[in-house]
Amino acid sequence: MTLMKKILGATAALALSAGAALADPAIIYDLGGKFDKSFNQAAHEGAERWAKETGGTYKDVELQSEAQREQALRRFAEAGFNPVVMTGFAFASSLEKVAPDYPDTKFAIIDMVVDQPNVRSVVFKEHEGSYLVGIMAAMASKTGTVGFIGGMDIPLIRKFACGYVQGVKAANPNATVIQNMTGTTPAAWNDPVKGAELAKAQMAQGADVIYAAAGGTGVGVLQAVADAGKLAIGVDSNQNYLHPGNILTSMLKRVDVAVYNAFKTGPELETGIHVLGLADGGIDYAMDEYNKDLVTPEMLKAVEDAKAGIISGEIEVHDYMSDNSCPVE
Amino acid sequence: MERLPRWADVFLVPFINLLLAFFVSGLVVLAVGEDPVKAVWVMLKGSLGSTAGLGYTLYYATNYIFTGLAVAIAFHARLFNIGGEGQAAIAGVGVALVLLAANWPHWMLALPFAIIGAGAFGAMWAAIPAYLQARRGSHIVITTIMFNFIAAAVMGFLLNGWLKSPRTQNAESLPFPPGAHLPTAHELLAPLGIGFSKSAPLNISFLLALLCAWLVFLLLWRTRLGYAIRAFGQSESAARYAGISAVRIIMITMLISGALAGMLSINVVMGEQGRLIKEFVEGAGFVGIAVALMGRSHPFGIVLAAILFGMLTQGGFELLWEMPNLSKEMVLVIQALIILFTGALDNMVRAPLERLFLYFNRRKEGAV
Repeated sequence: MTLMKKILGATAALALSAGAALADPAIIYDLGGKFDKSFNQAAHEGAERWAKETGGTYKDVELQSEAQREQALRRFAEAGFNPVVMTGFAFASSLEKVAPDYPDTKFAIIDMVVDQPNVRSVVFKEHEGSYLVGIMAAMASKTGTVGFIGGMDIPLIRKFACGYVQGVKAANPNATVIQNMTGTTPAAWNDPVKGAELAKAQMAQGADVIYAAAGGTGVGVLQAVADAGKLAIGVDSNQNYLHPGNILTSMLKRVDVAVYNAFKTGPELETGIHVLGLADGGIDYAMDEYNKDLVTPEMLKAVEDAKAGIISGEIEVHDYMSDNSCPVE
Repeated sequence: MERLPRWADVFLVPFINLLLAFFVSGLVVLAVGEDPVKAVWVMLKGSLGSTAGLGYTLYYATNYIFTGLAVAIAFHARLFNIGGEGQAAIAGVGVALVLLAANWPHWMLALPFAIIGAGAFGAMWAAIPAYLQARRGSHIVITTIMFNFIAAAVMGFLLNGWLKSPRTQNAESLPFPPGAHLPTAHELLAPLGIGFSKSAPLNISFLLALLCAWLVFLLLWRTRLGYAIRAFGQSESAARYAGISAVRIIMITMLISGALAGMLSINVVMGEQGRLIKEFVEGAGFVGIAVALMGRSHPFGIVLAAILFGMLTQGGFELLWEMPNLSKEMVLVIQALIILFTGALDNMVRAPLERLFLYFNRRKEGAV
């Protein structure tokens, strides 16, 4: 027993001394995985950009199971990493439990509000960006029917859908929008096969532009749409390069900016709620060499006008999550 | 024909299997440019080297003991229950209903009711495939695995509807009352003066798992019912001839099996999460098959095998942590290789080893 105690004591001391030397930032990716070409990858890019610019080091980890959420949070906090950033609302319950145990560690959660004194909650005005790509979808569509494929059926994704429909209707009041959600569990973020099936079903119903707000599932949507020679709209990261000529644009949610900012301020991270939107560049749409031939000057003008309108407050896009309902179908 | 001596059967064969698995995994690690010796060391140190690591290892082991016992008891009646995944998930609903129904004053009061809830719901989910097997002859492998999918759908429906917490976007229930919190290893050992990591989720369910293992041993080898189950498993026609009712044995065995799988939810839902989440079983029902195979369907072997698989789960996470070149898919490959060698390829080692022992025995006899 005493020997056991000694060994345990020694390892504990070792862990503590190793922890004290560190104040590196850390990031935990959600179950979609670091290279989902979308949400988590955007976070990864933000972290990489910070590392390149400052020469600093950070630690990241991908989760395999639900029980590991809390485990990873505690591991990072105990090892002295600060701040600890996590991508995705699914961390909320774990963070609420863990944050009070480590008052000296700053946490940042993206896409969810957690009301703790040492937590920064970063949320985005996704409805604004979705509105813009909705305008482009309606103008690019020849059939007058466009599609939306969401990941997990939660208010956050309905917020994307609602903004998109508003944009579509603003450009073409007679357009039809077909909406589908991939599933009701976190697995819906990482099911490209089902994403492709939904895309094919929507195209069979006449949709010729499809907006995917589904994390890793979206990769399957984009593939199916590109295979059929129709147009798709990417999400979160700039996905235009994935299928040049078949991706109209991408709704950029600058998760990378949120991660970059959190890493840059380090342990002095300001806590509270941070809302990023069109006005501060946290939300945008992607234009590059891959999609410049797809976007006509009229479309570009309409989108830029709408963007200016939203920033100035002339156009108000309804936020689904403000009252859990959408004024248009 | 002579068979293997007992020590070789119980220890040598699994040990050689494990060595082979580590060897092939080592080649995989080498292929991605990492040091395999370091990988083994990281896994061992991460799973046993600290009380936090040990706490997670035994927490996962608790799950695997329950599901391993569930598979094993069905094996003894020659029933292949691969529905542990679904039975445990539905049992979680039972636990959640019990714990959300009242404001429990103390865990000692809540635990027996939660056990009844978990056992009843788990057994109920196993009862339908059991009835179909016993009365209609529908093969239990097919029905139990299909019931896993039905269970997943039922869970999705409940957690997005009746049981959904309005406080979050995630599909999860409201948190259970604080009185239903099971004491963790940290809380249990602190009064004894033993420091145990506060973050590890190991809780009193581990003792429940050991108790279940002992009860399963008593049931199988010390009771009439256990004898009937084993007799039925050895030869159905002989058992029928001896007056054992096939329907009764199938039903009872599967009900016990489902209830045992359901006990997993005591550990995870009540002990760790403190609320019902959608995918809390996370493959433990399937790992239980490998655990039962490796443990030769004996409760003692199952406890050992479960601890080994707990080490793999926890050590795998440490690998991810310490060796960034290994992605989570690579870690899954390593875990899968070990399951493949210890579970599925058991006979690859056993048959040559039996021949080897036979050969040496003959020579010994010849010399005499």
